[in-house]
Amino acid sequence: MHSLKQNRVPISNSNLLFIIAAGILLVMYMVAIGLYPASFSQPQTFFDLFNNNAALIILACGMSIVMIGGGIDISVGGVCGLVTMSCAVYLQSAGASVAGSIALALAIGIAFGVLQGFLIAYLQIQPFIITLAGMFLANGVMTMVNTTPINVQHPGFVALFETRFRIEWLGTINRHGMFIPCKISISTVIVICVIIAVAVLMKWSKFGRNLYAVGGNSQSAMMLGVGVRRTKFFSYVLCGLLSGIAGLAFILTTGAGNIGNASGFEMKAIAASIIGGTLLTGGVGNILGSPIGALTLLTINETIRAVGIDSNIQTIISGFLLCFFIVLQSVIIWLRDKGGGFRIIRPPWLKSMSLFTGGADGANQMDAANQMENNNNNGKGGNPS
Amino acid sequence: MQDGIALEMKGISKSFPGVLALNNVDFTLRAGEVHALMGENGAGKSTLIKVLTGVYEKDAGQVSVGGKTVNFKSPQEAQAGGVGTVYQEITLCPNITVAENLFIGRARDPFVKWGDMNKRAHDILDSLGIPAVPRQQLSSCSLAVQQMIAIARAMDMESSILILDEPTSSLDEGEVRKLFALMNDLKGRGVGIIFVTHFIDQVYEVSDRITVLRGGELVGEYVASEMPQLELVSKMMGKDLDDIDKIKDMQVAREETGEYIYEARGLSSDAGVRPFDFHIRKGEVNGFTGLLGSGRSESIRAIFAADRVTGGTVKIKGKKLRIDKPIKAMKSGIGYLPEDRKADGIIADLSVRDNIILALQVMKGFFRPFSNAEAQAFAEEYIGALNIKTASSNTPIKSLSGGNQQKVILARWLLTHPDYLILDEPTRGIDIGTKVEIQKLVLKLASEGMSVTFISSEVEEMLRTCSRLIVMKDRRIVGELRGDELTQNHVMQTIAKGVSADA
Repeated sequence: MHSLKQNRVPISNSNLLFIIAAGILLVMYMVAIGLYPASFSQPQTFFDLFNNNAALIILACGMSIVMIGGGIDISVGGVCGLVTMSCAVYLQSAGASVAGSIALALAIGIAFGVLQGFLIAYLQIQPFIITLAGMFLANGVMTMVNTTPINVQHPGFVALFETRFRIEWLGTINRHGMFIPCKISISTVIVICVIIAVAVLMKWSKFGRNLYAVGGNSQSAMMLGVGVRRTKFFSYVLCGLLSGIAGLAFILTTGAGNIGNASGFEMKAIAASIIGGTLLTGGVGNILGSPIGALTLLTINETIRAVGIDSNIQTIISGFLLCFFIVLQSVIIWLRDKGGGFRIIRPPWLKSMSLFTGGADGANQMDAANQMENNNNNGKGGNPS
Repeated sequence: MQDGIALEMKGISKSFPGVLALNNVDFTLRAGEVHALMGENGAGKSTLIKVLTGVYEKDAGQVSVGGKTVNFKSPQEAQAGGVGTVYQEITLCPNITVAENLFIGRARDPFVKWGDMNKRAHDILDSLGIPAVPRQQLSSCSLAVQQMIAIARAMDMESSILILDEPTSSLDEGEVRKLFALMNDLKGRGVGIIFVTHFIDQVYEVSDRITVLRGGELVGEYVASEMPQLELVSKMMGKDLDDIDKIKDMQVAREETGEYIYEARGLSSDAGVRPFDFHIRKGEVNGFTGLLGSGRSESIRAIFAADRVTGGTVKIKGKKLRIDKPIKAMKSGIGYLPEDRKADGIIADLSVRDNIILALQVMKGFFRPFSNAEAQAFAEEYIGALNIKTASSNTPIKSLSGGNQQKVILARWLLTHPDYLILDEPTRGIDIGTKVEIQKLVLKLASEGMSVTFISSEVEEMLRTCSRLIVMKDRRIVGELRGDELTQNHVMQTIAKGVSADA
C-alpha cells in the first residue's frame, strides 16, 4: 500500500483540459504562421493580439470564474460597454481625472456584481436569467448615458492611451536593417496583472478552492462546511469587478466611447472559456486556460481575415473550428474516463529526460502534452492506450 | 476506556405533524464498539441519527457525549463536538483532490498551503491504510476509497463517535471487506461506531451489539453473538413469515392448468443472451435465477424488448405478435419494473402522483392527458392499496424512502392492469418489512389471475415466492425447478451441473 503512494497521480480534468487548450493554441498559431508568415512570424503580431483584445481576455477570466462555480454571467459584455461609455462621458466633463475614471469603472463593475451575486447566491434565482436581465439593464443605462460616439480628449488619458512599453530584446529587423522592438500597451499590462492575480487567487486562496468545490457539487460542499452562498456571491462580485476592469482596458485600447462597444463579448468570453478548458457544468477549469482560449479564438479570426476570406465565411469557419475543439476535448476526457486512468506511452527518449521527472505532475503533464501532439498529428485524435 | 460510554441518548422523543417518529427511545454506545442500529423503514433509525447530529431538534430526552450533555444544532456543530457522520451518498466533491476533500471548509487561513496540506493528508491516509494519493482527483478513486476518505475526514476532526449510514449499499464485496477492516481498526482505537444498514449478514460480521427499533420505539439492545438471525428478523418485523407460505400453497395447483399468457420460442437479443424458450401461464409466479452475469436480467429484458430483439417468435395469449419495442410489450399487456430504480424507474423531481400515472399516460398518448381529478383518483387508490408512506400524492418521489419509491413504481405498472408483470429485483435495497409486503403482494396478484416473473438476487426470496424457477448459467437456461425441487440445494446443484446438462 505504501508503494502505491509513490505512484504517479492521474492528471486532473482541469489540468488535462488546459493542456489540450494550450496544444490547440500552439497548433493554430503554427497554422497561422504557415498560412500567412509575413505577419504571424513577427512577435509584434502576437503582442497585438493582447494590445487590441485586452478587454475580451479579461472578460474571459471573469467568465471562467463564475463558470467554475457552476454559474454563468451574460452581463459581462453589457457592463464592459457601459463602463467605456460612462468613462468617456466622465473624462470629457470638466475637472475629470484618470483616477476618477478608474474608480467609476470599478464601481460600476462591482455594483453589477454585488446586485447579481446577491440575487443569484442568496435568493437562489437562475444565474442565466439574472445576468440576462443585467445585460439588458447595462445596455439600457448605456444608451441613457450617451448615444453618440465620443473621442476622449482628456490629456492625462491620452497620455496613458498612447503609452507603449518597449521590449528591447525582442523585435524584428525591418527592410532597412533597423531593429524595431516589440511594444505593448497599458491594456496589455493590465491583462497580464489580472491573469496573474486571478490565477493565484484560484489556486492558492481559500475562496478559489471553495469555488471549485461549489462548482463540483454544491450540496457536498455545504456538508463539508464551505460557505456556498458566500462563495457564489463573491464569484459574481469578482466577475463584475473584472468587467469593470475590462471596460477600462477597452477604452484604453480604442480611446473612444461608442454605443457598440463590447457588444456580443459575453458570447465570445463564454466561447473563450470553453476552448480554454472550463466546463459549463462547473468545477472544472484552469484560469490560465481563459486567455489561451481567447487567443485561440482571436488567432483563428485574424488568420481568416489575413488570408482574405469573405467575412461571412469567417464566422462559419470559426463556428466549425469551435465545434471541433469542443468535440476533441470531450473525446479525450471520455477516453480517459473509459480507461479508468489516463495511460499514455511515452517515447523512451522522453523517459530518460530527468528534467521532466522531478515531480509526478510534471511527468504527467508531459505525458498528456505528448498525447495531445499525437492526437493532433493523427488529425482525428489518436488512441491513448 | 474500552468500556466507557461514548454516547448516551435517553428518553428521546420526536414527532412530526401527525406522526410520532420516536417515542422515548434509549440508545447507548460504548467506546470501541461497532453498534448496529436496525429496523424497517420508518422504524425511526434515521430520525434518531438526525436528532443526534442536530438535523432535527428533539422534543424530549437527553443526549450526552463522553459524559457531557450536548444539544447540537447542526451537523457541523455535531462534528465539532466529536460526532462524525458518513452518509450513504458520498458527500465529498469529486472534482477536487483527495487532500482538499479532507481539509476543505475547515481552515481559517485565507490561503492554501498545498505542501503542508498534502503532507498532512498523506499522514492521515497512511495511518488508516487508505490506498489514495493526496494529490489525486477524488473522482479517480473507487467508491470504497471515497467512502474511506469521508471516514478519514471525520476521524481527523477528532470524532470519538462515527455514524456510518448505509455505507455498504453501493460497494462490491471486496470493497466491503476493506471498509470492515477500517472499521475494525478504528474500533481498536476506541472509536464508537454506529452502523446503520439493511444487510443482516454484514451486521453479524462487524457488530458487537445491535439495537432494534420498530415503529419509533425501542425493541431492545442485544449482544450480536447471542442473537440468532431469525430472531433478529422477527424482532425487526414484529411478525413472522408463516403467512406467506399459506398464500403460496393456493397457487401451486393453478400453475399446471392455466392458459399460456406468454410464450416465446428461440428468443434472443443483442445483449448477448442465447436463444431461449420460455412461457408463463395465467396466475403463475415464476422466476429466473443464476449467478451475477448469468443472463437473468438480459432474458427478461428480451421479453419486454428493452434490448433489441434479434430473433425468436412470441405468442401472447396464443396470438403471434412481433414485440420489438417496450411500448408494444406494454400495449400487449406486459409490465416491466426495471432493476435499477434510480436510473430506469423513478423520475425524482416529479410527484408521487405523476410517477404513478406515467406508464398509463404513455400508453394513452401524451396528447390526451388525464384530468387532475382522474390522476388524483388513480394515485390515491394505489397509495392506499400498496400502503405507500407519503405525505401526499403531490410529494416529490425523491423524498420517499427506497421501499416506498419501489412501491410507487409497482403502482405505476399495476395501474396499467397488465396480464403479465415482470419484476426485476423489486426488493433490492429496501427494508425487510417492505420486502415481505412486496412478496405478499406478488402472490396476491397471482391469485387474482396476473402472471408474474419475479427476480431477486436473494434466492431465499424467490424460493418463497415462485412456483417455478428457471436456472440460468452463462447466458443460457440450464434447468427448471418446481415443487419439491425448490430448495437452495437444488438451485446450487443445477447451476453447478449446468454446462453438462446442456451439452
